[in-house]
Amino acid sequence: MHSFGYRANAVVTFAVTILAVMCSLASLSDNFNVPTPTADVKVLNINWFQKQPNGNDEVSLTLNASADLSSMFTWNTKQVFVFVAAEYETPQNALNQVSLWDGIIPSKEHAKFWIHTTNKYRFIDQGSNLRGKDFNLTLHWHVMPKTGKMFADKIVMTGYHLPEEYR
Amino acid sequence: MDWQGQKHSEFLMQILLVVFAVVAFAVGYAIESFQMMILIYASGVLLTALITVPNWPFFNRHPLKWLDPSEADR
Repeated sequence: MHSFGYRANAVVTFAVTILAVMCSLASLSDNFNVPTPTADVKVLNINWFQKQPNGNDEVSLTLNASADLSSMFTWNTKQVFVFVAAEYETPQNALNQVSLWDGIIPSKEHAKFWIHTTNKYRFIDQGSNLRGKDFNLTLHWHVMPKTGKMFADKIVMTGYHLPEEYR
Repeated sequence: MDWQGQKHSEFLMQILLVVFAVVAFAVGYAIESFQMMILIYASGVLLTALITVPNWPFFNRHPLKWLDPSEADR
């Protein structure tokens, strides 16, 4: 503490170290939050279902997704990234996951939402396995913090079915 | 600053920063505002720097008694 510069450096260094501790504590405090999200996705319509020239099946759907993700927001939440994926099994792959729609929820006020849309991303199979296929629609979310650990989880919804024939 | 002043300055700096950090975290957590925590803490850091870094007179209350130059030559 012998000079102005020495003391200035000491203040800045100690202040930044304490700031790092505060941010770790803030991230740890997120573990006390138990989210209770709800979600429901309906497939309103299969718009078309075709085999592409390269041999891969492709389907276009209209989805109606509603969810209440407000319980996963904490004081340390920057935004929640949410996406809907179709999941199904084929002879080649035990699990296929195709992302159909995603969005960013910037705050708790926007967390209770309802969307009616065709799939944002194309639902294309690696092959020609989709006729008559049963599939799940899973709502995944990533709670992105202001500082610290990101939490990710999902809700699996079963019982969806693709048509037996192309249309 | 004299030696006592330096000791007081360092002690004040540590105490002030820790207290501001605790208060900032508690208030931020209670009102669920991360921004408020950062704001309180940042103002605390500036206040601490203002109090402990410059060579204020109250850090110089035990000044050292240096020898006269003529005495030191002998």
